[in-house]
Amino acid sequence: MSKYSMHLLVCGGTGCHASESDAIVCNLRDELEAKGLVDSVQVILTGCFGFCEKGPIVKVMPDNTFYVQVKPEDAQEIVDEHVIKGRKVTRLLYKDPVSKESISDSKHMGFFKKQLRIVLRNCGFINPENIDEYIARDGYQALGKVLSEMSPEEVIKVIKDSGQRGRGGGGFSTGLKWELARKSVSDEKYVVCNADEGDPGAFMDRSVLEGDPHSVLEAMAICGYSIGASSGLIYIRAEYPLAIERLKIAINQAREYGLLGNSIFGTGFNFDITLRYGAGAFVCGEETALIHSMEGLRGEPTVKPPFPAESGYRNKPTNVNNVETFAAIPAIILKGSKWFSSIGTEKSKGTKVFALAGKINNVGLIEVPMGTTLREVIFEIGGGIRGGKKFKGVQTGGPSGGCLTEKHLDTPIDFDNLIAAGSMMGSGAMIVLDEDDCMVSMAKFFLEFTVEESCGKCAPCRIGNKRLHELLGQITEGKGTLEDLDRLKNMSLVIKDTSLCGLGQTSPNPVLSMLENFREEYVAHVTSKKCPAGQCKSLMEYVINAENCVGCTACARVCPVNAITGERKEAHLINAATCIKCGACMEKCKFDAIFIR
Amino acid sequence: MSKITSLADLKKKREELKSGLDIRVKAIDPESVVQVKVAMATCGIASGAKTVMEFFLEQLERRNIPAVVTQTGCMGYCYAEPTIEVKLPGEEPVVFGFVDLKRADQIIEKYIKTGELVDGIIPVNYQSIDFKE
Repeated sequence: MSKYSMHLLVCGGTGCHASESDAIVCNLRDELEAKGLVDSVQVILTGCFGFCEKGPIVKVMPDNTFYVQVKPEDAQEIVDEHVIKGRKVTRLLYKDPVSKESISDSKHMGFFKKQLRIVLRNCGFINPENIDEYIARDGYQALGKVLSEMSPEEVIKVIKDSGQRGRGGGGFSTGLKWELARKSVSDEKYVVCNADEGDPGAFMDRSVLEGDPHSVLEAMAICGYSIGASSGLIYIRAEYPLAIERLKIAINQAREYGLLGNSIFGTGFNFDITLRYGAGAFVCGEETALIHSMEGLRGEPTVKPPFPAESGYRNKPTNVNNVETFAAIPAIILKGSKWFSSIGTEKSKGTKVFALAGKINNVGLIEVPMGTTLREVIFEIGGGIRGGKKFKGVQTGGPSGGCLTEKHLDTPIDFDNLIAAGSMMGSGAMIVLDEDDCMVSMAKFFLEFTVEESCGKCAPCRIGNKRLHELLGQITEGKGTLEDLDRLKNMSLVIKDTSLCGLGQTSPNPVLSMLENFREEYVAHVTSKKCPAGQCKSLMEYVINAENCVGCTACARVCPVNAITGERKEAHLINAATCIKCGACMEKCKFDAIFIR
Repeated sequence: MSKITSLADLKKKREELKSGLDIRVKAIDPESVVQVKVAMATCGIASGAKTVMEFFLEQLERRNIPAVVTQTGCMGYCYAEPTIEVKLPGEEPVVFGFVDLKRADQIIEKYIKTGELVDGIIPVNYQSIDFKE
């Protein structure tokens, strides 16, 4: 029985962890110890609250006070002021980026208002290293219900009726996938959790595993029961040490309670889960490549069919689902398919977790009902563009997705709408771009990633992406022509059509969508050799405005290549041929006489 | 740790563990539950506020009354410590002074359970400015 009157929840996600949340926990405990309050105030290290932008976060319950950017040395003040005297520490409260007012209660923050948390229901709420807290939040009830009251077919029907589609990016019906695995006949089957999250900007899966590992374990056991498997494997990249640590703790605790292992709930159903570590290759998120990697082979994809549901891990029927897909399953079982399908749009049910990154005020982890518009996500939850700049585009679905623009802002986000708009859901990374981002350079950046991550097995992906990347490089250097833009498009279409797996089939997406939506920017690069965003170094020219120049010589003295000439007290000149465009002169000039042309 | 061998077993366990999270769960909608604030400044603690607070925490749970018990700073009624403020859902808060365990018991039994007022009410003699968000 707890007698605590107050809980201090400290975010322990990777981001906050790196910003010393461990030290905050230690200091808070020391402080409470010194004041004799350890019996009445409990300090809990939780998973990610999602509001990574302002981490580390300390949330005080029951009054919902939300402290941001807390430092270990703030512990004393929080205990002295808030815990003992009941006064909020104003300087640590979140300030609204628009109104500049302090907001103490997380319920009133724009960031949380529009969210609906199903997958993240326990993230930032429970201690992920304590199975008791998960049980107190109805944890393992769904597994218990399934094992004692439902047949495997009934479970599959619930998942099918719920309309849930896989959150790994493909958007295939989860229930249908389970049904196919169930129908395959074999002495042994496997449940695999795909926790190989590798897109630039994505951290949803990691956060779920760090904040609520048991929800994934529970769902995997439910899946095992439904398809007739007794082994579960989590394929997780070794680059996620904190998630791995928490998973290990969770698996051990579940085993100790008998919630994993032999005859779970005394029903004779056996299920256990082991971890498999990936070396961090993007292609290993593709299910056939993932399976090969788990078998100890090279992480290369193979042609489907056969689908893993027929022949997967060790040639046995295997069901692969993403972390986020699994994490919603216990909630669907407990609350029913009708409840889940009432949320979302006609063909995309439930909620979606997004990792918001880029030029946005509130970088973080959010969960919204399908059908929420991009505008709501970016401007209401995300708090708009950083530094008052203008919104330019948003790359959804990571490097495999596309870049959407102003005209797409009111599109309700779901699987089909995003594809219709020329992008995709992907894993759910959202990278927001502002007026300073050059769309040729961005496409080049994403291509750079896919070129590095291509496994090299098939020629279109191995060679095609490399050529695409080179072509983009030429355009950023001012060596492109109008014909090159057509070549970009044609090559992209061929790569998409002929690549073996999802990596190559989607890698040209950023190029195609940016070419489509920002054509004038590409044209400017090839015809007038200008970069409208002022990012492409080769296309920039530093020029001195003779009217403003007073001939102070400050610029000439700082120029590392002596490209600036001129007499004292007379206007200077920059020699474009020698200039290396380092920008040192512009920083030094006190008279605003130097500008970029 | 003992094994959980049936769904009933798990449900029992959940009921045992649930109260540990009460503070957090109820905080999501504090307006729907009884809120008890115990003044815990130096004067309050010196006159026994800590014991009173523990009593409320324990008894409200034992008597199955959904409530949030928190500590707060000095309410200003140092002459009447320990003081507590009780807010029933949808009602104006009421402040009680000189709350010993006997009075605390009365407050739970009469005011919290039935809304019947008991001795020790301190009329609110000030207004606080409210920062609207």
